[in-house]
Amino acid sequence: MSNAVIKGASYILVHAPDMVVHNGTTQTTEKILNSNSEYLKNLRNSLRTYEQAVNYLPNQVYIGNKTPEDLKAIPQPWVDKPVEGATRNGKFGEIMPEDEFIGLMKIVDVFDLVKLSKEFTKIIKTKLSNHPLISDELVSRLKDGEEFNDINKLISEQDAEPLYFDNNIVGCVKRAHDIDQNLSAHVIFENLVSKASAVLAALHLIDKTKINPDDIEYVIECSEEACGDMNQRGGGNFAKAIAEFAGLNNASGSDIRGFCAAPTHALISAASLVGANTFKNVLIVSGGSTAKLGMNGKDHVKKGLPILEDVVGGFAVLVSENDGESPILRNDLVGRHTVGTGSSPQAVITSLVTAPLDRGNLKITDIDKYSVEMQNPDITKPAGAGDVPNANYKMIAALGVKRGELERTQINEFIEKHGMEGWAPTQGHIPSGVPYVGFAIDDIKSGKVKKAMIIGKGSLFLGRMTNLFDGVSIVIENNDGRKEESKGISEEEIRSFVAEAMRDFAAHLLEE
Amino acid sequence: MSIFDENSKVIIIGDRDGIPGPAIEECIKTTPAEVVFSATECFV
Repeated sequence: MSNAVIKGASYILVHAPDMVVHNGTTQTTEKILNSNSEYLKNLRNSLRTYEQAVNYLPNQVYIGNKTPEDLKAIPQPWVDKPVEGATRNGKFGEIMPEDEFIGLMKIVDVFDLVKLSKEFTKIIKTKLSNHPLISDELVSRLKDGEEFNDINKLISEQDAEPLYFDNNIVGCVKRAHDIDQNLSAHVIFENLVSKASAVLAALHLIDKTKINPDDIEYVIECSEEACGDMNQRGGGNFAKAIAEFAGLNNASGSDIRGFCAAPTHALISAASLVGANTFKNVLIVSGGSTAKLGMNGKDHVKKGLPILEDVVGGFAVLVSENDGESPILRNDLVGRHTVGTGSSPQAVITSLVTAPLDRGNLKITDIDKYSVEMQNPDITKPAGAGDVPNANYKMIAALGVKRGELERTQINEFIEKHGMEGWAPTQGHIPSGVPYVGFAIDDIKSGKVKKAMIIGKGSLFLGRMTNLFDGVSIVIENNDGRKEESKGISEEEIRSFVAEAMRDFAAHLLEE
Repeated sequence: MSIFDENSKVIIIGDRDGIPGPAIEECIKTTPAEVVFSATECFV
Protein backbone atom coordinates (compact mmCIF):
# COMPACT_ATOMS: atom_id res chain seq x y z
CA MET A 1 0.00 0.00 0.00
CA SER A 2 1.42 3.37 -0.97
CA ASN A 3 0.04 6.87 -0.57
CA ALA A 4 -1.79 8.58 -3.41
CA VAL A 5 -1.02 12.17 -4.34
CA ILE A 6 -3.03 15.16 -5.51
CA LYS A 7 -1.73 16.04 -8.98
CA GLY A 8 -4.00 18.95 -9.75
CA ALA A 9 -7.32 20.69 -9.30
CA SER A 10 -9.62 22.85 -11.39
CA TYR A 11 -12.40 25.24 -10.37
CA ILE A 12 -15.07 26.81 -12.56
CA LEU A 13 -18.01 29.14 -12.06
CA VAL A 14 -20.94 29.86 -14.35
CA HIS A 15 -22.65 33.23 -14.03
CA ALA A 16 -26.35 32.33 -14.20
CA PRO A 17 -28.61 35.30 -13.35
CA ASP A 18 -31.60 34.07 -15.38
CA MET A 19 -31.38 30.72 -13.62
CA VAL A 20 -31.46 32.61 -10.29
CA VAL A 21 -34.82 34.08 -11.28
CA HIS A 22 -36.38 30.99 -12.86
CA ASN A 23 -34.74 28.00 -11.20
CA GLY A 24 -33.52 28.94 -7.72
CA THR A 25 -35.88 27.38 -5.17
CA THR A 26 -36.16 30.55 -3.07
CA GLN A 27 -37.55 32.32 -6.13
CA THR A 28 -39.67 29.46 -7.46
CA THR A 29 -41.19 28.98 -3.98
CA GLU A 30 -41.92 32.69 -3.71
CA LYS A 31 -43.68 32.57 -7.11
CA ILE A 32 -45.98 29.86 -5.78
CA LEU A 33 -46.65 31.39 -2.37
CA ASN A 34 -46.48 35.11 -3.03
CA SER A 35 -46.38 35.78 -6.76
CA ASN A 36 -46.87 39.54 -6.42
CA SER A 37 -44.23 40.06 -3.77
CA GLU A 38 -41.97 43.10 -3.75
CA TYR A 39 -38.99 40.70 -3.77
CA LEU A 40 -40.01 39.17 -7.09
CA LYS A 41 -40.90 42.54 -8.57
CA ASN A 42 -37.48 43.99 -7.78
CA LEU A 43 -35.44 40.83 -8.24
CA ARG A 44 -34.05 41.71 -11.67
CA ASN A 45 -32.75 45.04 -10.40
CA SER A 46 -30.66 43.16 -7.85
CA LEU A 47 -28.89 40.88 -10.30
CA ARG A 48 -25.23 41.42 -11.06
CA THR A 49 -23.87 41.74 -14.56
CA TYR A 50 -21.37 39.20 -15.83
CA GLU A 51 -18.59 41.76 -15.45
CA GLN A 52 -19.58 42.39 -11.81
CA ALA A 53 -19.50 38.66 -11.10
CA VAL A 54 -16.05 38.40 -12.73
CA ASN A 55 -14.76 41.41 -10.78
CA TYR A 56 -15.94 39.98 -7.47
CA LEU A 57 -12.91 39.13 -5.32
CA PRO A 58 -14.16 35.79 -3.86
CA ASN A 59 -14.91 34.57 -7.41
CA GLN A 60 -11.40 35.53 -8.50
CA VAL A 61 -10.03 33.53 -5.56
CA TYR A 62 -12.19 30.55 -6.55
CA ILE A 63 -10.68 30.38 -10.05
CA GLY A 64 -7.17 30.98 -8.73
CA ASN A 65 -6.38 34.49 -9.95
CA LYS A 66 -6.25 35.69 -6.34
CA THR A 67 -5.16 33.72 -3.29
CA PRO A 68 -6.69 33.22 0.17
CA GLU A 69 -3.97 35.60 1.43
CA ASP A 70 -5.13 38.28 -1.03
CA LEU A 71 -8.65 37.82 0.29
CA LYS A 72 -7.54 38.12 3.90
CA ALA A 73 -5.68 41.33 3.13
CA ILE A 74 -8.93 43.05 2.21
CA PRO A 75 -11.46 43.49 5.03
CA GLN A 76 -15.00 42.08 4.61
CA PRO A 77 -17.36 42.76 2.95
CA TRP A 78 -15.87 42.34 -0.51
CA VAL A 79 -19.02 43.05 -2.50
CA ASP A 80 -18.22 46.78 -2.68
CA LYS A 81 -14.53 46.25 -3.51
CA PRO A 82 -14.31 45.07 -7.14
CA VAL A 83 -11.03 43.67 -8.41
CA GLU A 84 -9.53 45.93 -11.03
CA GLY A 85 -8.44 44.17 -14.20
CA ALA A 86 -10.12 40.90 -13.22
CA THR A 87 -10.30 38.31 -15.99
CA ARG A 88 -12.59 35.49 -17.02
CA ASN A 89 -9.83 32.89 -17.07
CA GLY A 90 -7.83 31.91 -14.02
CA LYS A 91 -5.08 29.58 -12.96
CA PHE A 92 -7.64 26.91 -11.97
CA GLY A 93 -10.46 27.50 -14.47
CA GLU A 94 -12.86 30.17 -15.62
CA ILE A 95 -16.07 32.09 -15.02
CA MET A 96 -18.31 31.21 -17.96
CA PRO A 97 -21.14 33.52 -19.06
CA GLU A 98 -24.69 32.17 -19.04
CA ASP A 99 -25.25 32.12 -22.82
CA GLU A 100 -22.20 29.99 -23.49
CA PHE A 101 -23.20 27.70 -20.66
CA ILE A 102 -26.67 27.16 -22.14
CA GLY A 103 -24.85 26.14 -25.31
CA LEU A 104 -22.75 23.72 -23.28
CA MET A 105 -25.93 22.21 -21.83
CA LYS A 106 -27.06 21.53 -25.40
CA ILE A 107 -23.66 20.04 -26.26
CA VAL A 108 -23.71 17.54 -23.37
CA ASP A 109 -27.35 16.55 -23.97
CA VAL A 110 -27.37 13.18 -25.76
CA PHE A 111 -31.16 12.70 -25.87
CA ASP A 112 -31.99 15.85 -27.88
CA LEU A 113 -33.89 17.32 -24.94
CA VAL A 114 -32.35 20.79 -25.11
CA LYS A 115 -33.87 22.88 -27.88
CA LEU A 116 -32.26 26.24 -28.67
CA SER A 117 -33.52 28.86 -31.09
CA LYS A 118 -31.78 29.29 -34.43
CA GLU A 119 -30.75 32.87 -33.62
CA PHE A 120 -29.30 31.95 -30.24
CA THR A 121 -27.55 28.89 -31.65
CA LYS A 122 -25.83 31.03 -34.27
CA ILE A 123 -24.51 33.45 -31.64
CA ILE A 124 -23.23 30.87 -29.17
CA LYS A 125 -21.75 28.70 -31.91
CA THR A 126 -19.38 31.55 -32.72
CA LYS A 127 -18.61 32.15 -29.05
CA LEU A 128 -18.00 28.50 -28.18
CA SER A 129 -15.90 28.02 -31.32
CA ASN A 130 -13.48 30.50 -29.76
CA HIS A 131 -13.39 28.64 -26.44
CA PRO A 132 -9.97 26.98 -26.17
CA LEU A 133 -11.30 23.84 -24.48
CA ILE A 134 -14.47 23.22 -26.48
CA SER A 135 -13.47 21.22 -29.55
CA ASP A 136 -15.02 21.66 -32.99
CA GLU A 137 -16.58 18.22 -32.56
CA LEU A 138 -18.34 19.41 -29.41
CA VAL A 139 -19.42 22.68 -31.05
CA SER A 140 -20.90 20.74 -33.97
CA ARG A 141 -23.35 19.14 -31.53
CA LEU A 142 -25.16 22.50 -31.34
CA LYS A 143 -26.53 21.85 -34.83
CA ASP A 144 -28.63 24.66 -36.34
CA GLY A 145 -31.30 25.29 -33.73
CA GLU A 146 -35.11 25.29 -33.77
CA GLU A 147 -37.93 27.61 -34.79
CA PHE A 148 -39.28 29.81 -31.95
CA ASN A 149 -42.79 28.55 -32.53
CA ASP A 150 -41.72 24.98 -31.93
CA ILE A 151 -39.95 25.96 -28.70
CA ASN A 152 -42.96 27.94 -27.45
CA LYS A 153 -45.20 25.00 -28.23
CA LEU A 154 -43.01 22.63 -26.20
CA ILE A 155 -43.15 25.07 -23.25
CA SER A 156 -46.88 25.77 -23.38
CA GLU A 157 -48.14 22.30 -24.31
CA GLN A 158 -45.56 19.82 -23.08
CA ASP A 159 -44.25 21.22 -19.79
CA ALA A 160 -40.82 22.01 -21.20
CA GLU A 161 -38.61 24.12 -18.90
CA PRO A 162 -37.84 27.48 -20.58
CA LEU A 163 -34.22 28.55 -20.96
CA TYR A 164 -33.73 32.30 -20.54
CA PHE A 165 -30.86 34.59 -21.41
CA ASP A 166 -31.08 38.31 -20.70
CA ASN A 167 -34.72 37.79 -19.65
CA ASN A 168 -35.66 36.37 -23.07
CA ILE A 169 -36.56 32.78 -23.88
CA VAL A 170 -33.78 31.33 -26.03
CA GLY A 171 -34.75 27.67 -25.83
CA CYS A 172 -36.12 24.98 -23.56
CA VAL A 173 -35.41 21.67 -21.91
CA LYS A 174 -37.98 19.03 -22.83
CA ARG A 175 -39.30 16.41 -20.46
CA ALA A 176 -37.84 12.96 -21.15
CA HIS A 177 -41.05 11.07 -20.34
CA ASP A 178 -44.74 11.90 -20.36
CA ILE A 179 -45.54 10.89 -16.78
CA ASP A 180 -42.29 9.91 -15.05
CA GLN A 181 -41.55 12.72 -12.56
CA ASN A 182 -37.91 11.70 -12.35
CA LEU A 183 -37.54 12.48 -16.04
CA SER A 184 -39.55 15.71 -15.91
CA ALA A 185 -38.20 18.79 -17.66
CA HIS A 186 -37.33 20.28 -14.26
CA VAL A 187 -35.20 17.28 -13.21
CA ILE A 188 -33.55 16.96 -16.62
CA PHE A 189 -32.74 20.68 -16.52
CA GLU A 190 -31.06 20.44 -13.10
CA ASN A 191 -29.15 17.32 -14.09
CA LEU A 192 -27.92 18.83 -17.36
CA VAL A 193 -26.70 21.93 -15.50
CA SER A 194 -24.83 19.68 -13.10
CA LYS A 195 -23.42 17.57 -15.94
CA ALA A 196 -22.40 20.53 -18.13
CA SER A 197 -20.66 22.38 -15.28
CA ALA A 198 -18.85 19.17 -14.28
CA VAL A 199 -17.71 18.59 -17.89
CA LEU A 200 -16.32 22.13 -17.96
CA ALA A 201 -14.40 21.47 -14.72
CA ALA A 202 -13.08 18.15 -16.10
CA LEU A 203 -11.90 19.82 -19.34
CA HIS A 204 -10.06 22.46 -17.32
CA LEU A 205 -8.44 19.82 -15.13
CA ILE A 206 -7.12 17.96 -18.17
CA ASP A 207 -5.86 21.24 -19.59
CA LYS A 208 -4.19 22.38 -16.36
CA THR A 209 -2.57 19.06 -15.41
CA LYS A 210 -1.68 18.08 -19.01
CA ILE A 211 -2.67 14.52 -18.18
CA ASN A 212 -3.40 12.27 -21.14
CA PRO A 213 -7.19 11.71 -20.88
CA ASP A 214 -6.61 8.05 -21.76
CA ASP A 215 -4.63 7.63 -18.53
CA ILE A 216 -7.63 8.38 -16.30
CA GLU A 217 -9.08 5.03 -15.29
CA TYR A 218 -11.86 5.97 -12.91
CA VAL A 219 -14.11 8.96 -12.22
CA ILE A 220 -15.90 9.71 -8.95
CA GLU A 221 -18.70 12.26 -9.24
CA CYS A 222 -19.81 13.88 -5.99
CA SER A 223 -22.59 16.41 -6.63
CA GLU A 224 -25.94 16.56 -4.84
CA GLU A 225 -28.19 15.71 -7.80
CA ALA A 226 -29.83 12.36 -8.63
CA CYS A 227 -30.41 10.91 -12.07
CA GLY A 228 -32.56 7.94 -12.89
CA ASP A 229 -36.12 7.15 -13.88
CA MET A 230 -39.24 6.18 -11.95
CA ASN A 231 -37.80 2.75 -11.20
CA GLN A 232 -34.44 3.97 -9.89
CA ARG A 233 -34.58 7.62 -8.91
CA GLY A 234 -30.91 7.92 -8.01
CA GLY A 235 -29.54 5.26 -10.31
CA GLY A 236 -26.61 7.40 -11.46
CA ASN A 237 -24.02 7.39 -13.10
CA PHE A 238 -23.14 11.06 -13.64
CA ALA A 239 -19.46 10.11 -13.48
CA LYS A 240 -19.46 8.08 -16.65
CA ALA A 241 -21.69 10.57 -18.46
CA ILE A 242 -19.19 13.32 -17.64
CA ALA A 243 -16.19 11.11 -18.55
CA GLU A 244 -17.73 10.53 -21.98
CA PHE A 245 -17.73 14.26 -22.78
CA ALA A 246 -14.33 14.89 -21.20
CA GLY A 247 -12.91 12.31 -23.61
CA LEU A 248 -11.90 9.82 -20.92
CA ASN A 249 -12.16 6.75 -23.12
CA ASN A 250 -10.50 4.38 -20.67
CA ALA A 251 -12.52 5.43 -17.64
CA SER A 252 -15.39 3.91 -15.79
CA GLY A 253 -16.78 5.57 -12.71
CA SER A 254 -19.48 5.96 -10.11
CA ASP A 255 -21.20 8.60 -8.01
CA ILE A 256 -20.68 9.25 -4.32
CA ARG A 257 -23.42 11.02 -2.41
CA GLY A 258 -23.22 12.50 1.06
CA PHE A 259 -24.72 15.98 0.80
CA CYS A 260 -22.00 18.64 1.18
CA ALA A 261 -19.54 16.11 2.60
CA ALA A 262 -19.45 14.07 -0.63
CA PRO A 263 -16.32 15.72 -2.12
CA THR A 264 -14.26 14.78 0.96
CA HIS A 265 -15.74 11.27 0.90
CA ALA A 266 -14.65 11.18 -2.75
CA LEU A 267 -11.14 12.34 -1.85
CA ILE A 268 -10.81 9.54 0.71
CA SER A 269 -12.17 6.94 -1.72
CA ALA A 270 -9.88 8.10 -4.53
CA ALA A 271 -6.88 8.03 -2.17
CA SER A 272 -7.73 4.45 -1.23
CA LEU A 273 -8.34 3.30 -4.82
CA VAL A 274 -4.97 4.67 -5.93
CA GLY A 275 -3.19 3.66 -2.72
CA ALA A 276 -4.36 0.07 -3.17
CA ASN A 277 -3.07 0.09 -6.77
CA THR A 278 -6.60 -0.49 -8.08
CA PHE A 279 -6.24 2.51 -10.40
CA LYS A 280 -3.33 4.82 -11.21
CA ASN A 281 -5.35 7.97 -11.90
CA VAL A 282 -8.74 8.80 -10.42
CA LEU A 283 -10.66 11.94 -11.33
CA ILE A 284 -12.99 13.49 -8.75
CA VAL A 285 -15.48 15.83 -10.37
CA SER A 286 -18.65 17.73 -9.62
CA GLY A 287 -20.88 20.29 -11.21
CA GLY A 288 -23.15 22.70 -9.42
CA SER A 289 -26.74 23.32 -8.47
CA THR A 290 -29.35 25.69 -9.85
CA ALA A 291 -31.72 25.08 -6.93
CA LYS A 292 -29.40 26.94 -4.56
CA LEU A 293 -29.08 30.03 -6.76
CA GLY A 294 -30.38 33.04 -4.84
CA MET A 295 -31.00 30.86 -1.77
CA ASN A 296 -30.45 33.79 0.60
CA GLY A 297 -31.58 36.36 -1.97
CA LYS A 298 -34.38 37.82 0.13
CA ASP A 299 -31.96 38.82 2.88
CA HIS A 300 -29.49 40.23 0.39
CA VAL A 301 -32.10 42.36 -1.34
CA LYS A 302 -33.58 43.47 2.01
CA LYS A 303 -30.14 44.76 2.99
CA GLY A 304 -29.63 46.56 -0.31
CA LEU A 305 -27.10 44.03 -1.60
CA PRO A 306 -27.10 42.41 -5.02
CA ILE A 307 -28.04 38.73 -5.31
CA LEU A 308 -24.65 37.22 -4.53
CA GLU A 309 -25.62 33.60 -5.12
CA ASP A 310 -25.62 34.01 -8.88
CA VAL A 311 -23.01 31.46 -9.89
CA VAL A 312 -23.11 27.71 -10.44
CA GLY A 313 -19.89 26.07 -9.22
CA GLY A 314 -17.83 23.12 -10.34
CA PHE A 315 -14.50 21.54 -9.55
CA ALA A 316 -12.29 18.57 -10.37
CA VAL A 317 -9.34 16.98 -8.57
CA LEU A 318 -6.86 14.48 -10.00
CA VAL A 319 -5.64 11.82 -7.56
CA SER A 320 -2.72 9.78 -8.86
CA GLU A 321 -0.05 7.31 -7.83
CA ASN A 322 2.88 8.78 -5.92
CA ASP A 323 5.10 10.87 -8.20
CA GLY A 324 7.50 11.75 -5.41
CA GLU A 325 6.62 15.46 -5.47
CA SER A 326 2.87 16.18 -5.29
CA PRO A 327 1.13 16.45 -1.89
CA ILE A 328 0.35 13.10 -0.30
CA LEU A 329 -3.12 12.07 0.79
CA ARG A 330 -2.72 10.47 4.21
CA ASN A 331 -5.46 7.88 3.97
CA ASP A 332 -4.28 6.60 7.36
CA LEU A 333 -5.18 9.96 8.92
CA VAL A 334 -8.89 10.12 8.18
CA GLY A 335 -11.57 11.46 10.49
CA ARG A 336 -15.19 10.39 10.43
CA HIS A 337 -18.34 11.35 12.25
CA THR A 338 -19.86 8.00 13.17
CA VAL A 339 -23.42 7.02 14.02
CA GLY A 340 -22.46 6.95 17.69
CA THR A 341 -20.44 10.18 17.72
CA GLY A 342 -23.27 12.45 18.87
CA SER A 343 -24.06 15.95 17.71
CA SER A 344 -22.44 18.28 20.23
CA PRO A 345 -19.87 20.56 18.60
CA GLN A 346 -17.20 19.07 20.83
CA ALA A 347 -18.03 15.52 19.70
CA VAL A 348 -18.16 16.59 16.05
CA ILE A 349 -14.78 18.32 16.07
CA THR A 350 -13.23 15.50 18.09
CA SER A 351 -14.32 12.92 15.51
CA LEU A 352 -13.31 14.98 12.49
CA VAL A 353 -10.17 16.72 13.72
CA THR A 354 -8.53 15.32 16.82
CA ALA A 355 -9.26 11.59 16.33
CA PRO A 356 -7.18 11.38 13.11
CA LEU A 357 -4.52 13.65 14.61
CA ASP A 358 -4.18 11.39 17.66
CA ARG A 359 -3.68 8.45 15.31
CA GLY A 360 -0.67 10.25 13.84
CA ASN A 361 0.59 11.59 17.20
CA LEU A 362 -0.12 15.10 15.98
CA LYS A 363 -1.37 18.19 17.79
CA ILE A 364 -4.07 20.55 16.54
CA THR A 365 -1.32 23.10 15.88
CA ASP A 366 0.61 20.62 13.70
CA ILE A 367 -1.91 21.18 10.91
CA ASP A 368 -0.88 24.40 9.17
CA LYS A 369 -4.16 24.99 7.33
CA TYR A 370 -7.65 23.70 7.99
CA SER A 371 -9.99 23.79 5.01
CA VAL A 372 -13.47 23.62 6.50
CA GLU A 373 -16.78 24.83 5.13
CA MET A 374 -15.31 27.63 3.02
CA GLN A 375 -18.57 29.51 2.44
CA ASN A 376 -18.18 33.15 1.51
CA PRO A 377 -19.23 35.28 4.54
CA ASP A 378 -20.39 38.06 2.18
CA ILE A 379 -23.25 35.67 1.39
CA THR A 380 -23.94 34.11 4.79
CA LYS A 381 -23.53 37.04 7.18
CA PRO A 382 -26.34 39.23 5.76
CA ALA A 383 -28.57 36.14 5.89
CA GLY A 384 -27.95 35.67 9.61
CA ALA A 385 -25.93 32.48 9.18
CA GLY A 386 -22.72 34.14 10.39
CA ASP A 387 -19.19 33.57 9.22
CA VAL A 388 -19.23 29.78 8.74
CA PRO A 389 -15.47 29.11 8.31
CA ASN A 390 -14.74 31.32 11.31
CA ALA A 391 -17.30 29.46 13.45
CA ASN A 392 -15.63 26.17 12.50
CA TYR A 393 -12.16 27.53 13.33
CA LYS A 394 -13.36 28.75 16.73
CA MET A 395 -14.58 25.25 17.56
CA ILE A 396 -11.27 23.67 16.47
CA ALA A 397 -9.36 26.23 18.52
CA ALA A 398 -11.61 25.69 21.54
CA LEU A 399 -10.88 21.98 21.41
CA GLY A 400 -7.18 22.81 21.19
CA VAL A 401 -7.53 24.84 24.42
CA LYS A 402 -9.36 21.97 26.08
CA ARG A 403 -6.58 19.57 25.09
CA GLY A 404 -3.97 21.95 26.48
CA GLU A 405 -2.39 22.43 23.04
CA LEU A 406 -2.95 26.18 23.01
CA GLU A 407 -3.85 28.89 25.52
CA ARG A 408 -7.28 30.48 25.60
CA THR A 409 -5.63 33.79 24.75
CA GLN A 410 -4.18 32.24 21.59
CA ILE A 411 -7.54 31.42 19.95
CA ASN A 412 -7.57 34.44 17.64
CA GLU A 413 -3.93 33.93 16.76
CA PHE A 414 -4.69 30.27 15.93
CA ILE A 415 -7.57 31.28 13.63
CA GLU A 416 -5.36 33.89 11.97
CA LYS A 417 -2.57 31.39 11.33
CA HIS A 418 -4.39 28.12 10.68
CA GLY A 419 -7.64 29.43 9.20
CA MET A 420 -8.75 31.21 6.04
CA GLU A 421 -11.56 33.50 4.96
CA GLY A 422 -14.29 31.75 2.96
CA TRP A 423 -14.52 32.43 -0.77
CA ALA A 424 -16.76 29.73 -2.22
CA PRO A 425 -20.38 30.25 -3.31
CA THR A 426 -23.07 28.57 -1.20
CA GLN A 427 -23.50 25.67 -3.60
CA GLY A 428 -23.63 23.01 -0.87
CA HIS A 429 -20.89 20.54 -1.73
CA ILE A 430 -18.83 23.10 -3.69
CA PRO A 431 -17.54 25.07 -0.63
CA SER A 432 -17.11 22.00 1.57
CA GLY A 433 -13.41 21.42 2.27
CA VAL A 434 -12.29 21.13 -1.35
CA PRO A 435 -11.92 24.80 -2.43
CA TYR A 436 -8.45 24.92 -0.83
CA VAL A 437 -7.12 21.78 -2.57
CA GLY A 438 -5.84 23.76 -5.57
CA PHE A 439 -4.00 26.28 -3.39
CA ALA A 440 -2.82 23.49 -1.06
CA ILE A 441 -0.88 21.88 -3.93
CA ASP A 442 1.14 25.08 -4.41
CA ASP A 443 1.44 25.90 -0.69
CA ILE A 444 2.66 22.41 0.18
CA LYS A 445 5.03 22.15 -2.79
CA SER A 446 6.57 25.52 -1.94
CA GLY A 447 7.01 24.52 1.69
CA LYS A 448 4.70 27.28 2.98
CA VAL A 449 2.40 24.61 4.38
CA LYS A 450 3.51 21.17 5.55
CA LYS A 451 0.20 19.66 6.52
CA ALA A 452 -3.39 20.62 5.73
CA MET A 453 -6.66 19.03 6.69
CA ILE A 454 -9.65 18.89 4.35
CA ILE A 455 -12.94 18.67 6.26
CA GLY A 456 -16.36 18.07 4.69
CA LYS A 457 -19.66 18.19 6.53
CA GLY A 458 -23.08 17.10 5.31
CA SER A 459 -26.62 17.84 6.50
CA LEU A 460 -28.06 14.35 6.07
CA PHE A 461 -31.21 15.31 7.98
CA LEU A 462 -32.39 17.34 4.97
CA GLY A 463 -33.24 14.05 3.20
CA ARG A 464 -35.52 13.03 6.09
CA MET A 465 -34.03 9.53 6.30
CA THR A 466 -32.04 10.21 9.44
CA ASN A 467 -31.65 12.97 11.96
CA LEU A 468 -27.91 12.47 11.83
CA PHE A 469 -25.35 14.87 10.52
CA ASP A 470 -22.20 13.62 8.75
CA GLY A 471 -18.63 14.63 8.21
CA VAL A 472 -15.27 13.23 7.14
CA SER A 473 -11.75 14.61 6.95
CA ILE A 474 -8.35 13.73 5.52
CA VAL A 475 -4.84 15.07 6.07
CA ILE A 476 -2.68 16.04 3.10
CA GLU A 477 1.02 16.72 3.51
CA ASN A 478 4.29 17.43 1.79
CA ASN A 479 5.86 14.65 -0.25
CA ASP A 480 9.25 13.57 1.07
CA GLY A 481 10.13 12.08 -2.31
CA ARG A 482 9.89 8.48 -1.19
CA LYS A 483 7.54 6.86 -3.64
CA GLU A 484 6.76 3.71 -1.68
CA GLU A 485 5.97 3.14 1.96
CA SER A 486 6.24 -0.21 3.75
CA LYS A 487 5.76 -2.14 0.53
CA GLY A 488 8.63 -4.51 1.25
CA ILE A 489 11.86 -4.43 -0.67
CA SER A 490 12.49 -4.83 -4.36
CA GLU A 491 15.07 -7.09 -6.00
CA GLU A 492 16.88 -4.03 -7.27
CA GLU A 493 17.10 -2.57 -3.77
CA ILE A 494 18.48 -5.87 -2.40
CA ARG A 495 21.16 -5.85 -5.14
CA SER A 496 22.03 -2.28 -4.23
CA PHE A 497 22.31 -3.15 -0.50
CA VAL A 498 24.49 -6.18 -1.23
CA ALA A 499 26.71 -4.12 -3.55
CA GLU A 500 27.03 -1.42 -0.90
CA ALA A 501 27.94 -4.00 1.77
CA MET A 502 30.55 -5.58 -0.53
CA ARG A 503 32.07 -2.15 -1.21
CA ASP A 504 32.22 -1.39 2.53
CA PHE A 505 33.80 -4.80 3.17
CA ALA A 506 36.37 -4.27 0.41
CA ALA A 507 37.18 -0.81 1.74
CA HIS A 508 37.59 -2.26 5.21
CA LEU A 509 40.01 -4.95 3.91
CA LEU A 510 42.02 -2.32 2.01
CA GLU A 511 42.35 -0.22 5.16
CA GLU A 512 43.74 -3.23 7.02
CA MET B 1 -33.49 28.73 39.41
CA SER B 2 -34.10 27.06 36.07
CA ILE B 3 -35.55 29.11 33.24
CA PHE B 4 -37.78 26.12 32.42
CA ASP B 5 -40.48 24.48 34.54
CA GLU B 6 -42.97 21.68 33.88
CA ASN B 7 -45.23 24.11 31.99
CA SER B 8 -42.50 25.13 29.55
CA LYS B 9 -42.81 24.11 25.94
CA VAL B 10 -39.64 24.39 23.90
CA ILE B 11 -39.12 24.87 20.17
CA ILE B 12 -35.55 24.12 19.09
CA ILE B 13 -33.99 25.36 15.88
CA GLY B 14 -30.37 24.28 15.72
CA ASP B 15 -27.66 25.20 13.24
CA ARG B 16 -25.52 22.61 11.44
CA ASP B 17 -22.38 24.73 11.83
CA GLY B 18 -23.33 25.98 15.29
CA ILE B 19 -25.22 23.95 17.89
CA PRO B 20 -27.34 21.26 16.20
CA GLY B 21 -30.92 20.54 17.37
CA PRO B 22 -30.22 17.14 18.99
CA ALA B 23 -27.44 18.66 21.13
CA ILE B 24 -29.81 21.37 22.43
CA GLU B 25 -32.44 18.68 22.97
CA GLU B 26 -30.06 16.75 25.22
CA CYS B 27 -29.63 19.87 27.36
CA ILE B 28 -33.39 20.46 27.61
CA LYS B 29 -33.89 16.86 28.74
CA THR B 30 -32.16 17.81 31.99
CA THR B 31 -35.04 20.23 32.73
CA PRO B 32 -38.77 19.56 33.29
CA ALA B 33 -39.62 21.32 30.00
CA GLU B 34 -41.25 19.58 27.05
CA VAL B 35 -39.63 19.74 23.61
CA VAL B 36 -42.49 20.21 21.14
CA PHE B 37 -40.35 20.71 18.05
CA SER B 38 -36.69 20.20 17.27
CA ALA B 39 -34.94 20.67 13.96
CA THR B 40 -31.53 21.49 12.60
CA GLU B 41 -31.26 24.01 9.80
CA CYS B 42 -28.64 24.21 7.11
CA PHE B 43 -28.18 27.75 5.80
CA VAL B 44 -25.58 26.88 3.22
